[in-house]
Amino acid sequence: MFKHIDETGYTNDLACYLKHGGYAELKKALTLEPQFIKDEVKKSQLRGRGGAGFGCGVKWGFIDAKKTTKPIYLICNADESEPGTFKDRQIIHQDPHQLIEGMIISCFANSVHLAYIYIRGEFPEGARILERAISEAKARNFLGKNILGTGYDLEIYVHRGAGAYICGEETGLIESIEGKRPYPRIKPPYFPAVLGLYQCPTIVNNVETLCNVKHIVSMGGEAYAKIGRPNNTGTRLIGVSGDVKKPGYYEFECGALTLGELIYDVCGGIRNDNKLKAVIPGGSSSKVLRADGRFKLKDKEIGLNDIPMDFDSFAAIGTMSGSGGVIVMDDTRDLVACLANLSEFYAHESCGQCTPCREGSQWMKKILRRMTGGDARATDPALLKSVADNIAGRTVCAFGEACAWPVQSFLAAFRDEFEAKAK
Amino acid sequence: MNLTPEFEKKLDETITHYPVSKRSAALPLLHLWQEEHGFISDEAVEFIATKLEVQPIHILELVTFYPMFRRAPIGKHHVKVCRTLSCALGGSHAIHEFLKKLTAADGDKFTVEFVECLANCGSGPTLMVNDDLYSNVNTEEQAQAVLNKYS
Repeated sequence: MFKHIDETGYTNDLACYLKHGGYAELKKALTLEPQFIKDEVKKSQLRGRGGAGFGCGVKWGFIDAKKTTKPIYLICNADESEPGTFKDRQIIHQDPHQLIEGMIISCFANSVHLAYIYIRGEFPEGARILERAISEAKARNFLGKNILGTGYDLEIYVHRGAGAYICGEETGLIESIEGKRPYPRIKPPYFPAVLGLYQCPTIVNNVETLCNVKHIVSMGGEAYAKIGRPNNTGTRLIGVSGDVKKPGYYEFECGALTLGELIYDVCGGIRNDNKLKAVIPGGSSSKVLRADGRFKLKDKEIGLNDIPMDFDSFAAIGTMSGSGGVIVMDDTRDLVACLANLSEFYAHESCGQCTPCREGSQWMKKILRRMTGGDARATDPALLKSVADNIAGRTVCAFGEACAWPVQSFLAAFRDEFEAKAK
Repeated sequence: MNLTPEFEKKLDETITHYPVSKRSAALPLLHLWQEEHGFISDEAVEFIATKLEVQPIHILELVTFYPMFRRAPIGKHHVKVCRTLSCALGGSHAIHEFLKKLTAADGDKFTVEFVECLANCGSGPTLMVNDDLYSNVNTEEQAQAVLNKYS
């Protein structure tokens, strides 16, 4: 995925991409049966890279071009907004044709003729780069009418968001493309695969996921599935930020290294040689891990440093690998303040549709503000927990969980710090 | 309201990206308008609503919801400082405060604001001035140097 990222002399224009073998997989894919490509993706066990880790082949399997009379749409979710996550930005800026090629193949496989890239509004440069890449691809007939003489038509347009995190939620994103406020839709019945964009079957895939499709076509689903671990196949793009010596973006085989190796070997350890205190492993919504915590995997109990970097291990210990954004905090950090920062984010980004989330996110922000401002009340930790517990599971979309999990997990892991503030 | 033919052409071309529903062009049209005119006036809301054949409220409700749209003009250069955790750990709040003070007397030229995560977490503190991204703005000197480019 990141093969050419940061390579000296590698530019994001079509000429350079072609020189490096670009669009060879598209040419190959166009000679294959769409169903064959879908089967390969299924065999690859590719899991979505946006955060939920849902099987890409399974998602595509919900759509049957032969059975529907409606058009099918595909949307690339490039609304990269989860705090701690900055991987898709690198692909969009440095290797946009990789995404376009992956997208065209995915559209072909699913009989899609109209697709959108929903890119967050704060990526104006990224939007321009993608628009240029699309027009370059069109000029070479990789896109447009009768692609490379195969009779297959496809248009891709870039659609810019306007600063709302909730647009990363796939049904909110769809509402946004329809020109509305991005209030997520209730599921059922509004599963995108059934009633998506314009009430038609719609596939929404993350940038990284779509790029993977190109590589699956290249090597075949079974060969792809050999990378990584069973059910955790392929590579992952990991972004590390916070208190490490070498923050940045890295690509690894799923599960090939542990969280400890990532922090100490890859990222050079904790800045100023401080001690590690806490790690948020997969974007700000994932549950925080305590450095000296013990975590139960299926067959053993391990320390934080030994957690393998894959989907299932993080799920097993009660958090998630999410969007691959690892935020590291050292022992100089006030974790109540860190949580207060995140709760400001969620209070700002709640769309306001569901009462528990709209009101609860504001309450949590307010309580945490007074806790960090020295006005904490003795009952605040309990109140905070009660508010969070009453949001999760009571909202239309997963934002409810996303704003409650940090509060619940910070409280559980660092109860002592919250209690100390409340005294 | 004076709209150049090029601008109107751009709006019309953008609408063609949405063959199924014109209303889908609402966000792109608002972006184009704000880039051209600086903010979204009542007039803009009416104009876009007419163009897309929807009620003005369907446009206004977008302007009031999406954080990037504004109803009033701001300074010539829009300085956005990332507020969220990774950049905050890197010291973005001190940079924000510094820039606020620095530009306090120069509101016509600079508007300094906090924004939420800009997805540049590995190289914080992150600033955006207009469409330009600046990474690793760690010190007041560095922040000053960024601003000097727009003076």
